[in-house]
Amino acid sequence: MALEDVCSFKERSVQHKWFSFSSLGDAAIPFPMSDHYNLRYSRLETSENNCGVPLHFFIPPLPHSSSFIKRPLSSFCPPKNSMTVQRPFRLAHGTTTLGFIFQGGVIAAADTRASAGGLVACPAVHKITPIHSHLVVTSSGSGADCMLWERILIREIRLYQLRHGHRLSIRATAKLLSSMLHPFKGTEMCVALTLCGWDNGPKLIYVCSDGARLQGDVFSVGSGSPYAYGVLDRELRWSLSKGEAISLAREAVFRATHRDAYSGNNVDLFHITAQGWSQRKREDLKEEYYRDKEKKGKKKNDKLK
Amino acid sequence: MEYLIGIQGPDFVLVAADNVAASSIIQMKHDYDKMFKLSEKILLLCVGEAGDTVQFAEYIQKNVQLYKMRNGYELSPAAAANFTRKNLADYLRSRTPYHVNLLLAGYDDTDGPGLYYMDYLSSLAKAPFAAHGYGLNKRFILNLPSFTVRLIDKEGIHDLEKLTLGTK
Repeated sequence: MALEDVCSFKERSVQHKWFSFSSLGDAAIPFPMSDHYNLRYSRLETSENNCGVPLHFFIPPLPHSSSFIKRPLSSFCPPKNSMTVQRPFRLAHGTTTLGFIFQGGVIAAADTRASAGGLVACPAVHKITPIHSHLVVTSSGSGADCMLWERILIREIRLYQLRHGHRLSIRATAKLLSSMLHPFKGTEMCVALTLCGWDNGPKLIYVCSDGARLQGDVFSVGSGSPYAYGVLDRELRWSLSKGEAISLAREAVFRATHRDAYSGNNVDLFHITAQGWSQRKREDLKEEYYRDKEKKGKKKNDKLK
Repeated sequence: MEYLIGIQGPDFVLVAADNVAASSIIQMKHDYDKMFKLSEKILLLCVGEAGDTVQFAEYIQKNVQLYKMRNGYELSPAAAANFTRKNLADYLRSRTPYHVNLLLAGYDDTDGPGLYYMDYLSSLAKAPFAAHGYGLNKRFILNLPSFTVRLIDKEGIHDLEKLTLGTK
């Protein structure tokens, strides 16, 4: 393949044989996903090999200036769709999501506000979605894009499990997702997902539509992430108990929603262990705010006395 | 702001890279390894745009390994560097150029140590020392806290002690 590519040797008939040698197995069926494993041909060359995403998703984005040779995006669009689609409202990426690993597993927490510019479009969104029994994904960026890619990911993981009889590892899931998002790099799609799960140990992997794929111990994504990092970086240790970890996550989301205008309303919390994920009841942060204010007021009164 | 540096000695190449993986102004990881092992004696150091670095570096890495599997012997550092440059050049004027800056460091059993500097416009230069970025520690507004250091000589790739120079 290397020498063929260097010499620009393209043989169409060989191409289909390569699909059957793709790393995800399956010799008989021309597996649409394998397109992404062959970089040279992965740039949307054939419409059937687009992992099931309908062609009209490949709309050209709004033009914007850049200092470097930006990927010329007009070639993404099918011939009919030559006009750019104007959005009725400004797209914004307001959210606070976080995930961290400790001795008792993985905690994933997120706020529940969906904002569209200055409008709170929905105060009760689910930003944490379970993919399978041992993996949840927190989403941030464009709400619609995240919902779509979560569904695609659930489908692909389930298909892999049915075809191969075992679950794909979290690292492989992240790599698969990253390869699926790669053709859309340079478009206005904005998806920043944190995969929080358990396979032979706790795993936390951040995947972004820019192409970044990072494995780590603590991640916070969104407009409220600097505030959440501030709280997390101070208290986070491996040796936290389950209760302490949950209250740390709640506190981090609460403080972020307090300071960030685009995050707020409620906090969702998931805890993932070797036995699977468990969801905590959604909590209203308004009540938390008043409780906190009362506590501070009481402390002040105690000090004055 | 990312940093790579390479120094070629008489019979070794010393390379170092910072450990920060950033997303706009936030450091998402403090212990990120920017070096990709192409073969027993070749390292590719890669910085640049978020997804492009890993995609491109892994593509080169897998192709170098494929060459070895097919032919039974490895690509020399000079050949690997030229192959990398050719790929960068081919993608440069395509719909999807890769914005990556690279240093390729290797030890050839016949030619000795070699350090190759490549940038996102697919220029290639064999140099005795080379760097990408600003590695300043005290004067720069964004200080890089730690660096991974590796040495390549006729025995292969050796990990050296991680440098943690920045204030904690």
